[in-house]
Amino acid sequence: MDKFGPYTKELIEHFQNPRNFGKIKNPDGAGQVGNVVCGDVMYLYIKVGKNKKGEEIIKDVKFETYGCAAAIGTSSVVTDLAKGKNLKEALEITNDKIVKKLGGLPPIKVHCSVLAVDALAEAIFDYLSKNQKPIPESLQKKHEKIKGEKEIIEERYKEWRK
Amino acid sequence: MENKKIYLDYAASAPVDTRVLKVMTECCKYKFGNTMSIHSFGQEAKLILEESREKVAKLMRAKPNEIIFTSSATESNNLALKGIAFANKSRGKHIVISSIEHPCVMESAKWLERQGFEITKLPVDKYGLVDPKNVEKAIKENTILVSVIHASNEIGTIQPIEEIGKICKAKGVYFHTDAAQSFGKIPINVNKMNIDLLTASSHKMYGPKGVGCLFVREGVKIEPILHGGGQENGLRSSTINVPAIFGFAKACEICGKEMEKEAKRLTKLRDKLIKGVLAIEDSHLNGHPTKRLPNNANFWFSFVEGESLAIQLDLHGIAVSTGSACSSIKLEPSHVLLAIGLKPQEAHGSLRISLGRWTTEKDINYLLKVLPTIIKQLRKISPFKHG
Repeated sequence: MDKFGPYTKELIEHFQNPRNFGKIKNPDGAGQVGNVVCGDVMYLYIKVGKNKKGEEIIKDVKFETYGCAAAIGTSSVVTDLAKGKNLKEALEITNDKIVKKLGGLPPIKVHCSVLAVDALAEAIFDYLSKNQKPIPESLQKKHEKIKGEKEIIEERYKEWRK
Repeated sequence: MENKKIYLDYAASAPVDTRVLKVMTECCKYKFGNTMSIHSFGQEAKLILEESREKVAKLMRAKPNEIIFTSSATESNNLALKGIAFANKSRGKHIVISSIEHPCVMESAKWLERQGFEITKLPVDKYGLVDPKNVEKAIKENTILVSVIHASNEIGTIQPIEEIGKICKAKGVYFHTDAAQSFGKIPINVNKMNIDLLTASSHKMYGPKGVGCLFVREGVKIEPILHGGGQENGLRSSTINVPAIFGFAKACEICGKEMEKEAKRLTKLRDKLIKGVLAIEDSHLNGHPTKRLPNNANFWFSFVEGESLAIQLDLHGIAVSTGSACSSIKLEPSHVLLAIGLKPQEAHGSLRISLGRWTTEKDINYLLKVLPTIIKQLRKISPFKHG
């Protein structure tokens, strides 16, 4: 079976056996993003550590996602890709990389991979800003863009938040 | 995971009954003539067409000459709305529809609005019911047509069609109903219900795809939308699809004979299903508890999204559908679920389970076994309150 419904077998594999799902208690950074059109929501948590070179790396990462199979699958892939990477490398993960890793996504579902990348970026932004560390200009810009949509989503789901 | 696949999406489409297939095959082989031809091949096909018309008419208590065969319920609904609008615009340009119509009625109405017609959309209550009083209030001097879906394709709610029909008759306004989901499943009597136009579909009642009909009461003023050779009383030009129509008629005959027993059987299964699903924490029924199609159940589940639920069920061999934005090509939640008052996030977690002729109690038991586990798993992944 190469395909299941509109999805590749890679995506279905991640959907059925999502990596790194759940919560991290006292995370170093947390990203909460949502898509106001379709309504999907992703929370992504990171723990930051250091590698042998002394670079800051994503030591642990977990996600919680409310959404379609593509949203859950792309969340799983982004955590897989980010784990162990230094922060700069983690910020270089593009949604194209996620789509490629999944062997493709239906065009209408590409926005899910964007959401996954945004969730990771927001978690890193949260870590950097909480620790008063320099924030790359591109990340700052991305954050500003995501913020508006995030507020609408937060309002919509406020009764459901744990 | 079981190997057997369980189909619970009969509201989307249904397999063709073998009894239907048999008559269609014969027809394709031997009665292939064009009904407009003068020779015996053509005339034999014409006989089949008229025999079929009688059978379809019988199931809704109409006269055979009041049945116009079309290619689909979508075409029938387009013909009803546009055909009535254009034939009666000198009388008025106001049309009343409900807010839970099928997209083909919604979009036809929207198109007519762009052509200068005025559309009123009636609200529905939390069960999806149209209040006949609202129909009465909405009808104005210039109203030419009221169109209310008989039974909702999404939530299964059955409208008080007879009452609405009575109001339309008293006010002298044409009344159309889209019965694509109800025809063949529950009794329809176009006279008792005061229906002037009725849409029916073959593939929802175990007939072939690509054929439907529009009942047009004798004397109703309507314009065709397909012009050509003048088939179907000039209302629908096109070479007659005799085998499909013959199959549709056979499907009507079978439904007519088996309806009462089958409706009882399905209602029992549906109620077992509803009871079982509502035992899942934070699950909710959409539509009316009793005024609903015997084969329709629709739910929404808090904290999980419907598309992932439907995919997960499919991976377990069960086919269902969802009104979630994630499964829509427009990425918008179902307008029907929003019309009954669901918030977008609630419509997002919806699931439609529709039963049919080959659904067994074993199928329902299997669904009730796997669904709670699947919901639990998805809630574990969800950032919202865990079930």
